[in-house]
Amino acid sequence: MSANVGVPEIEIAGVTKQYRNAHAVLQSIDLAVAKQEFVSIIGPSGCGKSTILKLIAGLAVPTSGTIRVDGMPPLNARETISFVFQDATLLPWRTVKQNIGLGLELEHAPNARREKEIASLLELVGLNHVAKSYPRELSGGMKMRVSIARALATNPRLMLLDEPFAALDEMSRDRLNEEILRLRAEQNWTAVFVTHSVSEAVFLSDRIVVLAPNPGRIHAEFPVQLPSPRTSAIRNSPEFDAIVAGVSHTLRETLRQ
Amino acid sequence: MKRRAITVLNALAVFAALVVLWQLILWVFHVPPFMLPSPWAVGLAVGARFPSLLNSLAITAEESAGGLVASIAVGVLVALLFAQSRWVRKMLYPYTLLLQTVPIIAVAPLILMWVGAGIPAVTLIAFIISLAPIIANTTAGLISVDENLVNLFLMHNASRRQLLFKLRLPHAVPDLFVGIRVASGIAVIGAITGELFAGSSRVGEGGLGYSILYASTQLQTDYLFALVLAATVLGFGFLFLVMFLEWYFLHRWHESARAPEAE
Repeated sequence: MSANVGVPEIEIAGVTKQYRNAHAVLQSIDLAVAKQEFVSIIGPSGCGKSTILKLIAGLAVPTSGTIRVDGMPPLNARETISFVFQDATLLPWRTVKQNIGLGLELEHAPNARREKEIASLLELVGLNHVAKSYPRELSGGMKMRVSIARALATNPRLMLLDEPFAALDEMSRDRLNEEILRLRAEQNWTAVFVTHSVSEAVFLSDRIVVLAPNPGRIHAEFPVQLPSPRTSAIRNSPEFDAIVAGVSHTLRETLRQ
Repeated sequence: MKRRAITVLNALAVFAALVVLWQLILWVFHVPPFMLPSPWAVGLAVGARFPSLLNSLAITAEESAGGLVASIAVGVLVALLFAQSRWVRKMLYPYTLLLQTVPIIAVAPLILMWVGAGIPAVTLIAFIISLAPIIANTTAGLISVDENLVNLFLMHNASRRQLLFKLRLPHAVPDLFVGIRVASGIAVIGAITGELFAGSSRVGEGGLGYSILYASTQLQTDYLFALVLAATVLGFGFLFLVMFLEWYFLHRWHESARAPEAE
């Protein structure tokens, strides 16, 4: 894949988003995400976290300011971006296999390549045993795995994840967090991850961006310098706790204003 | 399987009880046979005139099925058109309501005038009367797709056609079946009503509605009952066929199609 070396994966400059005759959802956002960086966006509800993802994906247009993905307008960069939504958003009439192949199918990938990608992804996310099942036969965690596999099938360079694990129980969530890190280590994509959970953000990210509401704006940024590869054991380390405490404290500040 | 057998047995028991009640009423109140024939007499009438009964049934079945199939084809096409834009929908939707509210009996003379009495006229009436539920339900299914699913397709640069055929249309299939289920019942009613006004009197072309009219003028009450019974059987047959198709196409992935099993 021909990534433009030296150009940040995402460059957001002076972006404001306002829906018709309402107050601004996002105001003067400046944010650059380096190639292969994992950035989490965290903040109270209504601060425009999801809107940032939609702007990067080109699913929404900024009122003012510019957004570049790999140096291009978002719409031109779409084939390198995959979006993982809060709900698994699987097509219920398709089997797991057919759901994973959806993106490739829509992009008219040749059959042979599609079969190969699907087979390796089923293996990668451990879904081989349910390849022919329909979504309603799966648990919430499994559905999310399918959703992630579907996003990875098109070999994205940029993954946008909108609270993908919010509806899951803590155990499934922790497991999927570890899985995400493993997949990323293998495939080297850049990620912007929106979440409500501080510990999830700390565990996953290279950097955490804290947003404040009304209007949505960047309040603080935290680099996360934990050793990699990160394992579940790291959640019990004092360094981990210190960063979680710092981010949580800042998060409370945004609510007090 | 056992549970299903019990359900069938229950239904048969109710049927037997009704027949007994019917016979009791005849004995207790001494109702004359031209008002209410005995179950036995109805059974005999069925046996004696079975070929012509079957012929009437076949004609009405053909008319209702023709009307229903046409309404599914046209209804889905109209719904696809409606799904294209909110503007089209706002402009044309009121007219589908008109389809539903216009009394078909009032339109029947017009259809008679345009098409002439006979099977085509009755089929047309069955078609008109069953069109509205198909359009309404299919349109609702086509436009009620989750916004994020649409976004997902947009992220893969899906074409309008892909959005329609790989997302909206499959999503609307359960709703289409709800429409067909409603329409299948009223298509039969429409055909029988249509025959009362626009049925053909030519030999071998009289459907159930026409024969009902004829039997009532001749005071052949036992045969009249047999015809009503046949009409009911036809309605049931349609409903079962539709429900089977619905189960066949949806049971693997859709919740509604599993409901009878889960009961």
